[in-house]
Amino acid sequence: MEQSSMEHQPQAATVGGTHEGQQHPIRLYLMVWGLLFVLSAASYLVDYMEFQGGLRWSLILIFMMLKAGLIVAVFMHMAWERLALGYAILLPPFIILVFVVIMVFESDYTLLTRLTEFATQ
Amino acid sequence: MADVTLKKTPPEHPEGLAGFVADWSSDQRTFKQVSWGKAMMWILLLSDTFIFGIFLVAYMVARSSTPETWPNASEVFALHIGGADMPLILIAIMTFVLISSSGTMAMAVNSAYRRARGPTALLMLVTALLGAGFVGMQAFEWSKLISEGVRPWGNPWGAEQFGASFFMITGFHGTHVTIGVIFLLLVAHRVWRGDFDLDRRSWLSRGNGDYESVEIMGLYWHFVDLVWVFIFAFFYLW
Repeated sequence: MEQSSMEHQPQAATVGGTHEGQQHPIRLYLMVWGLLFVLSAASYLVDYMEFQGGLRWSLILIFMMLKAGLIVAVFMHMAWERLALGYAILLPPFIILVFVVIMVFESDYTLLTRLTEFATQ
Repeated sequence: MADVTLKKTPPEHPEGLAGFVADWSSDQRTFKQVSWGKAMMWILLLSDTFIFGIFLVAYMVARSSTPETWPNASEVFALHIGGADMPLILIAIMTFVLISSSGTMAMAVNSAYRRARGPTALLMLVTALLGAGFVGMQAFEWSKLISEGVRPWGNPWGAEQFGASFFMITGFHGTHVTIGVIFLLLVAHRVWRGDFDLDRRSWLSRGNGDYESVEIMGLYWHFVDLVWVFIFAFFYLW
């Protein structure tokens, strides 16, 4: 997320003197567009080839995170924004992961009670 | 009163982590070099992230707390094409259409900052058309499932919560796409008419070639694509 890590800096197409525009080469957009196509095709193939278990899940999650990262970093220009904005927007969603962990325990418990109390015999 | 000499040089903004600390502790506006419009769009998208996050968590809870078998998405969303069942084929096409619309949107933002009026409006129009195509395919998918007997309270293949999760998540996403299409057409129309090149303020533009609204519109549109990435992974591929 270091601003200097990309090979070019946004040109200061300042309008009205209040902000900088986000002007980036079209080639970069086309490259990301192509990559998103490839990654989507790859995650579709994971289903088509009927991979199961850990392999399926690690592949799906890796492709998902790569796609999300490309969209946010390049298409939404987060890679060139100041860290103050990046952290304010990108860190809070990680709280959802805590919620996920809590709800995993909760649904395990619900499943257990359903299995023991809703006995069909 | 003491004379105050105003410095004419713009303040220095350090980069990286030092910049992060400086921006947040500066006792001024935090988001420097970002207009309010853009900062507010990002904050809207953050709250939307939580909404979709909670839908997906609710879906996870429904799915993992039921002893019933969950309908196999690969089979439920298969289409019969040319004598063979193609698993998830419609969803795959929808994914490619939405990614393409994100691509054209990025190009529209690029044209906007070059102040190329025609290409910007045209690319936004293409984006809107792809978005409308996506919504159309979603409508087709909904009607197909409804005709097969999927309801929010039941379906022919297994756990009853399947329908509720499906309609809720894809419905909210479809609504977002629809709103995006409407706004894309609105902004594209304004760009085409030359509203952004006037030498005065107008709706969405501070005048004199301020095309930032196109980028802000783009942020929303890319977010819709971003949400689909997660729905695709968790709802259709799980």
